[in-house]
Amino acid sequence: MQTILGIPAPLLFGQLLIGLINGAFYALLSLGLAVIFGVLNVINFAHGALYMMGAFVGWFLLTHLGIGYWPALVLAPLVVGAIGIVIERTMLSRLYDLDHLYGLLLTFGLALIIEGLFINYYGVSGQPYAPPQALQGGYNLGFMFLPAYRGWVIVASLIVCFGTWLLIERTQLGAYLRAAVERPELVRAFGINVPLMMTLTYGFAVALAGFAGILAAPVYTVSPIMGQNLIIVVFAIVVIGGLGSILGSIVTGLGIGLVEGLTRTFWPEASSTVVFVIMAIVLILRPHGLFGRPRE
Amino acid sequence: MSDRPAILEVRDLHAWYGESHILHGVNFAVGEGEVVSLLGRNGAGKTTTLRAIMGLVGRRTGAIKHRGDEIVSLTPDRIARRGIAYCPEERGIFASLTVEENLMLPPVVQPGGLPVEEIYELFPNLKERRTGASGTRLSGGEQQMLAIGRILRTGAKLLLLDEPTEGLAPVIVQQIGASVRRLRDLGFTILLVEQNFHFAARLADRHYVIEHGVVVDRYSRDDINQRMGELNKLLGV
Repeated sequence: MQTILGIPAPLLFGQLLIGLINGAFYALLSLGLAVIFGVLNVINFAHGALYMMGAFVGWFLLTHLGIGYWPALVLAPLVVGAIGIVIERTMLSRLYDLDHLYGLLLTFGLALIIEGLFINYYGVSGQPYAPPQALQGGYNLGFMFLPAYRGWVIVASLIVCFGTWLLIERTQLGAYLRAAVERPELVRAFGINVPLMMTLTYGFAVALAGFAGILAAPVYTVSPIMGQNLIIVVFAIVVIGGLGSILGSIVTGLGIGLVEGLTRTFWPEASSTVVFVIMAIVLILRPHGLFGRPRE
Repeated sequence: MSDRPAILEVRDLHAWYGESHILHGVNFAVGEGEVVSLLGRNGAGKTTTLRAIMGLVGRRTGAIKHRGDEIVSLTPDRIARRGIAYCPEERGIFASLTVEENLMLPPVVQPGGLPVEEIYELFPNLKERRTGASGTRLSGGEQQMLAIGRILRTGAKLLLLDEPTEGLAPVIVQQIGASVRRLRDLGFTILLVEQNFHFAARLADRHYVIEHGVVVDRYSRDDINQRMGELNKLLGV
């Protein structure tokens, strides 16, 4: 059998694939966090809980209403986005004039409440969710076996991440958003309804989390604690990429997934710690993150 | 008062930032097509007056009439949509936007704004640097031109300019002055806040002097030469 640095090649590629899949979810989630932090100045601790809700919406649609994966791929983000809009309008928007800490505490509390409610009704063991018919099976790539659904996860995540990047960096709407990050007051004085834009931004960013959730449902089990497991790593990724940096969060998300995969192959014990070691090193060498700019 | 119909009328305007009461009953009016300047020392309340008109202060009371409609309780975006544009003292050029993105940022609020080519004609420096560079890589003078240029596109007919000459070299100040004159010829109405009295004196049809948050005096263009002594005393120049 072919080996690379003493590791059987299929094992190495298998771990890299798992890393890339995790990275695809990291990228989607850290992208949303970066957008929310940039525009609303809120550290959204509820992001993991909303991601979990995305998966549960998909599971619920299938089990109770018989609605399958493909419609759920659109419906779950819409439902989660709508919930986000309600959260922003009724609670978050009252905290913008206060310190970051209040937004963090509010969303942290919301995450605890949401996850607590789901644990109460569904326990922590998780619900199964099968991949759609069209994406069952897989491809033999010669050097490894690629399950079709996992390939789809990577493609879908890249498309959505790149689309979001285009939207923010290359459109007029994105220019309003970038300008509002710097000087919300002046953008409002140009005639833009900035509070409405902030509400829609939050809705959109948590819809990304909902999208990641339904995308994850066939990969991980649908469980109330699936977001908790992910969110701390995702925060570390946002810090490494640079708070508020769109490109930074996407690239770092995918990169950290790969680094974790490599670490799992060569030094399994360190695989869940490596991201925090990287975060510490980045914070020492580049306090604003790999792609970050100092805030004025 | 001018003989032209008032486009903006401010009556007994009070404004607060948090607990500090900054404006104590400001009164003045701007006629359609006029250039009016607000003069006064540092901290007199000139900038706050402009910000209060745009709705950018914590709290305000009194009356602000734009074309006869009361706007004192509107939000800044609604005020802008009526055709009032604001160019802040700090210029407010966005670092994460290119020069061209900065120029194209403010949405068109009314028909009749200047075409982009005409803005580039007014400020040729901007045309050379429009792509690639971030807006904040421009020189101070170019940033000021960009800050004025971008609000000409929107169709707003009433421009609030806060210290457009601050910190600029004399040759740039002259260029800005020529642009403001040209804008008046194009039919814009301009409310100008200035520290640079000589710049304002050459441009404005009328002047109001603000002190401690109230208008203490007013001068027409013709008054200025005869009353230069008392003006100098008021402004401490």
